[in-house]
Amino acid sequence: MLKFTEDHEWMLIEDGVATVGITDHAQNALGDIVFVEVPEVGATFDKGDDAAVVESVKAASEVYAPLTGEITGVNEALEGEPGKVNSSPMDDGWFFKITVTDASELEGLMDEAGYNAFVAGLE
Amino acid sequence: MSDETLLKTPFYDMHVAAGGKMVPFAGYAMPVQYPLGIMKEHTHTREKAGLFDVSHMGQSYIRSLDGSDPAKIIEEIMPSALAVLKPGKMRYTVLLNEDGGIEDDLMITRTFEPEGSLYVVVNAACKEKDYKILEDRFAGRLALEPLEDRALLALQGPKAEAVLAELAPEVADLNFMEGTHVTLEGVVCWVARCGYTGEDGYEISVPEEEAPALAERLLRNEDVEWIGLGARDSLRLEVGLCLSGHDFNASNSPVEANVTFALGKKRREEGDFVGSERILGELENGAEKSLIGILPTGRAPAREGAEITDMDGTVIGKVTSGGFGPTFGSPVAMGYVPAAFTDEGTDVQLLVRGKAHPAKVAKTPFVPQRYKRKKVS
Repeated sequence: MLKFTEDHEWMLIEDGVATVGITDHAQNALGDIVFVEVPEVGATFDKGDDAAVVESVKAASEVYAPLTGEITGVNEALEGEPGKVNSSPMDDGWFFKITVTDASELEGLMDEAGYNAFVAGLE
Repeated sequence: MSDETLLKTPFYDMHVAAGGKMVPFAGYAMPVQYPLGIMKEHTHTREKAGLFDVSHMGQSYIRSLDGSDPAKIIEEIMPSALAVLKPGKMRYTVLLNEDGGIEDDLMITRTFEPEGSLYVVVNAACKEKDYKILEDRFAGRLALEPLEDRALLALQGPKAEAVLAELAPEVADLNFMEGTHVTLEGVVCWVARCGYTGEDGYEISVPEEEAPALAERLLRNEDVEWIGLGARDSLRLEVGLCLSGHDFNASNSPVEANVTFALGKKRREEGDFVGSERILGELENGAEKSLIGILPTGRAPAREGAEITDMDGTVIGKVTSGGFGPTFGSPVAMGYVPAAFTDEGTDVQLLVRGKAHPAKVAKTPFVPQRYKRKKVS
């Protein structure tokens, strides 16, 4: 199940774990990404907490935990190759995996068509 | 400030048409980047030629009201050798306050006018302040004449000479920090070989009516791209050039800010400028703190405002400019540290989001400057 937030994050939910990244729209708006800071495995976050940082040449931006849960995996490859977030935001450029602890938090998230309509409405 | 009240340069419509992302900067709507993106714009400037709209900067003439040399008069508050400037020669200098602090940095050129008038370019964010300082101090002695109807373009990069020489071959004869009148596309412009990217290049002062057509003509050359403020900032930081109001402010002396090259040799001997007691004292005994280059050891950029600590975690200073250096290939920064920490290679830490990141004090520029200086034969 692929879901999107209004903060331009995507999450792919499989077996109670969400893999989280930023959307193509987000990477495009940020520009060339030069640094990514991912959380530590085992860290816990409430929905909306700052969980990761993505830095372009110009500025640093926070990546929020889209759900309340525990980090079970992080994309170590981004340390050496932060540009993967630009080149493959929905795939190789994922940030972290977080457990789904409260399924109700998934309610109201957008599906892909809904997110695309949301982005189209911003322009 | 709402977008409606922002000033527009004569190139505004061109920026929008080119896909420029317009942001407020010093009261103007300016392009921070174009679709190319900051990284590619930066690299393009280092490899080919970047075109920058710098019309927001303050251009003015300074004339003497009593027939004396205007450069001699402004030397009271600027410590560079200005009275000796010959027509067509320019200098980087700083505008000092009574305490020897830097109010702004600026470029001063001796024009070819027989009375020796000066052409001055100051930072956009400081122009009202600078003009007020000059007008208040020199009332009755100097006349300041802002050039409101002139745009300013910077063409920067190794291809800048070839690009501009297509329009006027004589620009190839200018050396770094020299300017002259040049007719470009039928319009008399002031062209100076200078800039703030570390690359060879020119600044072109052009009447605003004719400015868009000139930019269109330059952009027809495939080596030329519009470059936004984002890359302008990373370009100047990599070559160790200070940003006024960030890398120094009115409390920092030229010695602290490491711009002592702006202090003329004779001027130091004479000490005939405001704040000279402090500045000469710091030259003799060293400043308590100085602006230094900092290279983070890891990949995390430390930006303006990040605290600098010693290896015990005691805060010793702050980053004044910092980010990723696209040509350098990793993060670069500048900041103030006490004299005990200014040696190249000194280990320090940078606090980024509460975490200490290792870094080393380094010399600037991080990337070599490539100006076309006069050949000494």
